[in-house]
Amino acid sequence: LRKNVEDFTGPRERSDLGFVTFDITADILNGKKWFANGLNIFDWNVKQLFLYLSAEYSTKNNALNQVVLWDKIILRGDNPRLFLKDMKSKYFFFDDGNGLKGNKNVTLTLSWNVVPNAGILPLVTGAGHVSVPFPDTYETTKSY
Amino acid sequence: PRAVMDLFGDLRRMNKRQLYYQVLNFAMIVSSALMIWKGLIVITGSESPIVVVLSGSMEPAFHRGDLLFLTNFHDDPIRAGEIVVFKVEGRDIPIVHRVIKIHEKENGNIKFLTKGDNNEVDDRGLYKEGQNWLEKKDVVGRARGFLPYVGMVTIIMNDYPKFKYALLAVMGAYVLLKRES
Repeated sequence: LRKNVEDFTGPRERSDLGFVTFDITADILNGKKWFANGLNIFDWNVKQLFLYLSAEYSTKNNALNQVVLWDKIILRGDNPRLFLKDMKSKYFFFDDGNGLKGNKNVTLTLSWNVVPNAGILPLVTGAGHVSVPFPDTYETTKSY
Repeated sequence: PRAVMDLFGDLRRMNKRQLYYQVLNFAMIVSSALMIWKGLIVITGSESPIVVVLSGSMEPAFHRGDLLFLTNFHDDPIRAGEIVVFKVEGRDIPIVHRVIKIHEKENGNIKFLTKGDNNEVDDRGLYKEGQNWLEKKDVVGRARGFLPYVGMVTIIMNDYPKFKYALLAVMGAYVLLKRES
């Protein structure tokens, strides 16, 4: 599980807005059930996977912030391997305040929600994560 | 028809004692059901531990009529990606959506934003006028498990009250008249 990222920040009147582009290379396996289906995450009781990329960081204003930047639904039958390049975040990455500027420790993690045909709904966090440092200055001209 | 006449015959033949016995039996069943429900509320910490999905805003994961099992433990933190059931202040309808943003202060105060998987935009349009974030107090519970289709019965009973009364009448008649030999 690997991600490569570049980043910019844009000025907004009161809250920082971050722009992130990323690549995702992932292979979603089911670490627990390794018999029968091999490591296939789509066993008989898995209907779909809800994948999401979230950024987690701390700011002066808030001890913990988590923002979902991108999500994807993988249905049973689809390939659980991802090779995505140059993706842009689906949702606006607004901070609650100005905590993105100069923030060296923004961590991106890939997680997923396993939706069964019936039963428990587990949330799993992927093994890899990437730290993204945001620059100290705002970008004034943006073509995004 | 014949069956109904038999039923009335039965009723008349029961003496007062048997009738009281049947009523008590019925009351016991109702009380037990209520106790189980209250027990669930206590164990899960949620005021409504079982909810029915009412809209298609979380498709393809959940469909209208699916049943969700919730917990609402006080110490469970709210994190991005979790599926929560919340009520907008002043409205009675529980909404099942996913948390997409959280901002939590050191003292534990948290404000968060939700969005239905199947919706294009986040839930700000659903919140109260001027409200931009949800807080812990708005949460009914977190979705921990689910059963498909089972909740359809509740939706049908809501949309067709006659069906609800018919069902209750049949259940009542069965319990009152059933005899243990």
